Amino acid sequence: MLQPAGNFRIIARLDVKMDTLIKGIHLEGWRKVGDPGAFAQRYYDQGIDEIVYMDAVASLYNRNNLAEVLTHTAKEVFIPITVGGGIRSLEDADVLLKAGADKIAINTGATKNPRLISEVSNRFGSQCVVLSIEAKKDDRTGSWEALTDLGREHTGLDVLAWAQRACELGAGEILLTSVDQDGTRRGFDVELTRAVADAVPVPVIASGGMGTADHLAAVAFEGHANAAAIASLFHFEKEDPDSIRAAALELGIPVRAI
Amino acid sequence: MSKEKTVTIVDAGSGNLLSVLRACEKVGATPKITAIEGDILAAERLILPGVGAFGHVMDAISKRGLEEAIHRFAETGRPYLGICVGMQIMLDESHEFGRHGGLGFISGAVEAIPDTNPDGTRHKIPHVGWGELSFPDAPDNGPSLFSGVSAGESVYFVHSFVARPENPSNVAASTRYDGMELCAAIRAGSLWGCQFHPEKSGPTGLRVLKNFIELT
Repeated sequence: MLQPAGNFRIIARLDVKMDTLIKGIHLEGWRKVGDPGAFAQRYYDQGIDEIVYMDAVASLYNRNNLAEVLTHTAKEVFIPITVGGGIRSLEDADVLLKAGADKIAINTGATKNPRLISEVSNRFGSQCVVLSIEAKKDDRTGSWEALTDLGREHTGLDVLAWAQRACELGAGEILLTSVDQDGTRRGFDVELTRAVADAVPVPVIASGGMGTADHLAAVAFEGHANAAAIASLFHFEKEDPDSIRAAALELGIPVRAI
Repeated sequence: MSKEKTVTIVDAGSGNLLSVLRACEKVGATPKITAIEGDILAAERLILPGVGAFGHVMDAISKRGLEEAIHRFAETGRPYLGICVGMQIMLDESHEFGRHGGLGFISGAVEAIPDTNPDGTRHKIPHVGWGELSFPDAPDNGPSLFSGVSAGESVYFVHSFVARPENPSNVAASTRYDGMELCAAIRAGSLWGCQFHPEKSGPTGLRVLKNFIELT
């Protein structure tokens, strides 16, 4: 059992379709939830550590549409904000950083053009580049493949090798989503998280499957994650950041004490 | 009628300037972002945010012709706050990607955070996340950035390099990461620097900024 080096972060992940917060199951099929800015504000007031906005329809429109949501959120939410979805170029990243993002998350943009990682990290710093990986287990091989476009497209890339390469290119963090577990609230893919966390020098944010504080303990201590991104559990008001934080502290997870 | 509290934010080409601006507004200041020498010299109080590489930030300042204005402002005794790499450049030099000279306001160097502990275990670099503040035992030097902030309150860090001031009296706050003590804030008279991001540290960060705005 590994004790996390620094404080373990509890992050809210908000998938946005145009101007609406949505939530999907297994990354397909989705429900409308509400106004993303209002949810971000509520989570901030409830002590969330960071916000991640993902543009869920960026690939349909071939661009990221979240600049306005960001600018609106930046007014009153004073914690780090990451934005992802459809970022294909340095200019795309620049627009979002100027609109209020602290970090940008790239997936397809990087699998199709790995140099994008270096371009953005050289210009803005690697602390601002998050590699977003959607991982699906291949039961035949026991390894995981990186998917893109919300789990719709195959890349043929092995997740571990891809994660390592991205770090060499300048990624400062990995946002690792389990396609298999996402939306299920049945726990993270701890084996996946541990494999990636042990293979890369940068922090790893586990995503997909959060249901109870025990899941958080498993992904922190056994999965070696540095943070967890939580979506449906919060959006459908099964739990809120305060209660998860309190439960985490009771389990000995070193989360920020507020 | 209470006097407007203006604050000048230096655009040195990096950093989330919009967030610094919004946070200053939130705590009641009237902020302005500028890369104009005259604005810096005339500033009532100055904030210098910066992220990325130490050398790049120093180059950007130099390319914009702002180095002299920053030095002259620093001599006025008016409040100055460097944030993140903006804080690191206040030291003499950095060992990031070779040796780079800083502004030299505080003696010391900026070095890489070790990625390995003495016992050989590795931890993640950059150091990303919320870290608890601790404050040195020091005689009361008047109004402080940390008035009303208790030891143990957390603020947000994201960095791979750390400032190592030569003089312990220049260390205004520290934090711990995987058993290592890291410098969280520095001070020399009216010159302050935060390794953490006060504009990204929730209510605690806003308190730090409010204290800065209220310094005279």
